[in-house]
Amino acid sequence: MTTTPTSGTSSLKTYREAINDALRQEMRRDPTVIILGEEVSGGAGCAGQDDAYGGVFGVTKGLMPEFGRERVIDTPISESAIIGAAAGAANNGLRPVAELMFFDFIGVCFDQIFNQAAKFRYMFGGKARTPMVIRGTVGAGWRAGAQHSNMLHPVVTHIPGLKVVMPSNAYDAKGLLIQAIRDDDPVLFLEHKIMYDLKCEVPDEPYTIPFGEAAFPRQGTDVTIVAISNMVTRAIEAADLLAKEGISCDVIDPRTVSPLDEESILESVEVTGRLVIVDEAHERCSLAADISSIVAEKGFSSLRAPIRKVTAPHAPVPFSPVLEDAYVPSVDRIVNAVRDVLGA
Amino acid sequence: MPYQPEFLLRVYRTMKTIRIFEERCIKEFEGGNIPGFVHASNGQEAIAVAACIDLTYKDIIGSTHRGHGHCIAKGCDVIGMMKEIMGKATGLCKGKGGSMHIADFDKGMIGANAIVGGGPPLCNGAALGAKTRGTKDIAMSFSGDGSANQGTVLEALNFAAVLKLPHVFIFENNGYGEGTSANYALGCDSLAERNGAFGMPSEYVDGTDFFATYEACQRAIQRARQGEGPSSIEAETVRFDGHFIGDPQLYRGKNEIADAKVNRDCLTLFRNRVLAESWLQAPDMDAIDEEVELLIASAVQEGLNAPDPDPAIDLMADVYCSY
Repeated sequence: MTTTPTSGTSSLKTYREAINDALRQEMRRDPTVIILGEEVSGGAGCAGQDDAYGGVFGVTKGLMPEFGRERVIDTPISESAIIGAAAGAANNGLRPVAELMFFDFIGVCFDQIFNQAAKFRYMFGGKARTPMVIRGTVGAGWRAGAQHSNMLHPVVTHIPGLKVVMPSNAYDAKGLLIQAIRDDDPVLFLEHKIMYDLKCEVPDEPYTIPFGEAAFPRQGTDVTIVAISNMVTRAIEAADLLAKEGISCDVIDPRTVSPLDEESILESVEVTGRLVIVDEAHERCSLAADISSIVAEKGFSSLRAPIRKVTAPHAPVPFSPVLEDAYVPSVDRIVNAVRDVLGA
Repeated sequence: MPYQPEFLLRVYRTMKTIRIFEERCIKEFEGGNIPGFVHASNGQEAIAVAACIDLTYKDIIGSTHRGHGHCIAKGCDVIGMMKEIMGKATGLCKGKGGSMHIADFDKGMIGANAIVGGGPPLCNGAALGAKTRGTKDIAMSFSGDGSANQGTVLEALNFAAVLKLPHVFIFENNGYGEGTSANYALGCDSLAERNGAFGMPSEYVDGTDFFATYEACQRAIQRARQGEGPSSIEAETVRFDGHFIGDPQLYRGKNEIADAKVNRDCLTLFRNRVLAESWLQAPDMDAIDEEVELLIASAVQEGLNAPDPDPAIDLMADVYCSY
C-alpha cells in the first residue's frame, strides 16, 4: 500500500517539481543519496552562475546550492563512466541517482546497465546490493529528432535485475521516485519530457508508492485500456470522449512496467473481455506485445475480441513536426481502437 | 603573397555564409519558424573553413550537434540545409533529420550527430574504407571539448593510431561542454598533449586564427593522404551563442561574449589580417557580405515556402532499403 504522508498538506506541483521534491527530501533524510550526471547543476568551473541549469529540464535545480557539489556532481560527458560510477558506488555504501539527460544515451553506456548493474545481485550469489536509480528523459514531442526522442523502456524491461518505473503524473512521480531511491535494486526511472509542466495535487511530505501496483485513473466495464507513461493522459482523454457515447472504459496505468501488475490487468479484462494497449514505443518486441501475450495466455477465456495495440510505427522518430505528430499515438487512434474491439 | 586572392575570397565567403546562416537560424528559431533543438556555431567559423576548404567531395567529414558550419564548409547547399532545419520535405534529409542530423552523402558529409562522441568511430570507418580501397581520400571528424571525454572518442583515437588510418581528428575547444567549463571537465592541462599520447601528431592552434588553423590542417591532411596515419588538432575557439539557441547562458562570465565579439571574432581577425597584408581589398569583401545576406535571406524564404512532408507517404519511407 501507498504510505500516507503524516501531515495532510499538499499543493499543486508540476511533474518537474514533484521529482525535485522527492530528490530533495530523500537527500535530506539520507546522506548517502547523491546525484551525478551531466549539467545536473551546471556551470562547473565557469565564471558565471553556479547551478546554471539544474538539469537541462530544470529538474534538479536548487539541489546543488543546498547539498553542495560533493553530493550533486556535474560530470564530464561520459555516460559509461557516469553509470559505472553509480553502480560501483551503490555497491559501496551510497545510493546514487544518476541522470541520463536523454535516455537515448543508454546506447553509449548500456554495458554498465545490463551486463553490470543488473546482474550483480544474481551473479554474485545474492551478496551484492546495487541501490541505484537512473533517471532519464524519454519520448517524442519536442521535435528533438531521431536520437533524442526514443521510448526504449521495452529494451530495459527485457533485462532481469532491472526495475523500470514510468510515472504518468506528478503525484506518482514523487512517490515512485522516493520508493526507487529506497529500493535496493537498480531502478530505471523514466520521465516523459512532454509531461514536465503537467500539474496535479501532490502531498508536501514524503510518501512512497510500491512497485508493481497499477493505478486506475478511470473505471469502466466495456473495454480495458492499458496505457504507459505519457499515453495515460491520452487514454483518459479518449475514455472521457467515449463515456459521452455511453462506452465505459477501464483505464489502467501500470506505473511500473517491471515489475508489472499483471493481476490488475487480468482482473479488468475478466470484466470487460476487451483490451486496448497504448504505448509510444514501437510495437515489435514491446511492452504492448508483452502485455498482449500475458493476457492471451492467462486471460484467454475472458477475451471477447482480438486485443488491439496502439503504438508508434516501426520507424525511427522523425524530426519534421507533421511527421512527429503522426508518429505519436493520438487520442483518435485510441478511440478508434476501442470502437474496433467493441465491433462498433 | 602566400595565398591567392581567389582562395582568400572563397574562405571569406564561406566563413561569412556560416556566420549569417547561424544568425538567421537564431532569428528564425526565436520567431517560431525552426522547431526543436538547434545549436549554432557562430564564432567558430574559422575552424570549419580551415579544415574543409581544401577537401574534395570524396573526403568524408563527420560532424557534431553543432554542425551547420561544417556542412557549409564542406559544400552543402544552404537552401537544402535551411529547408531541413525547418523540417520540410525538400530538405537535405527530407525533413527527417533536422539540425542535429543533417547529412549530405554526395558532398562527403556523413552526418551531424546528436550523440556526443558519435562521429569519430564512424569517421574511422570512412578512413578504413579509403585505406582499404587504396584511394588517397581522407576522413575528418569534428569533436568538441565535451566529447573529448567520451569513451567512443578515446577508443577511436587509439583505433585510428593502431590501424594507421587517414583520419584527421579536429577538436573544437570552445571552452564549454554544454554549460560546463572545459577546464573542469578535462582532467588534463592540455587536450592536445593528451591526444598526442595516443600515438599521433597532435597540435594546439588558436582556432580564431584562420591561417594558423589552416596550416595545421594542411599538415594533418597531407600526412593522412600520404598514408602516414591519423593526426589530432585542438583548435581553441569561442561559442558566441548558447549551448542551444534559447540557452540563457547564466554560467558565462559578465561581458564574456561581448568581449569575445570584439577581440576574438575570427571573421574580424581574418578581415583585419588580409587588409593589413594588402592581400584583399575591403570592397571585395563588402560585396561578398551583400551577396551572402541575399543568399541566406532567399534560403529562409525558400525554407518557409517549402512543403511539409506527407505523413501518409513519408512517415514509413526509408526505414529499410526497398528493392
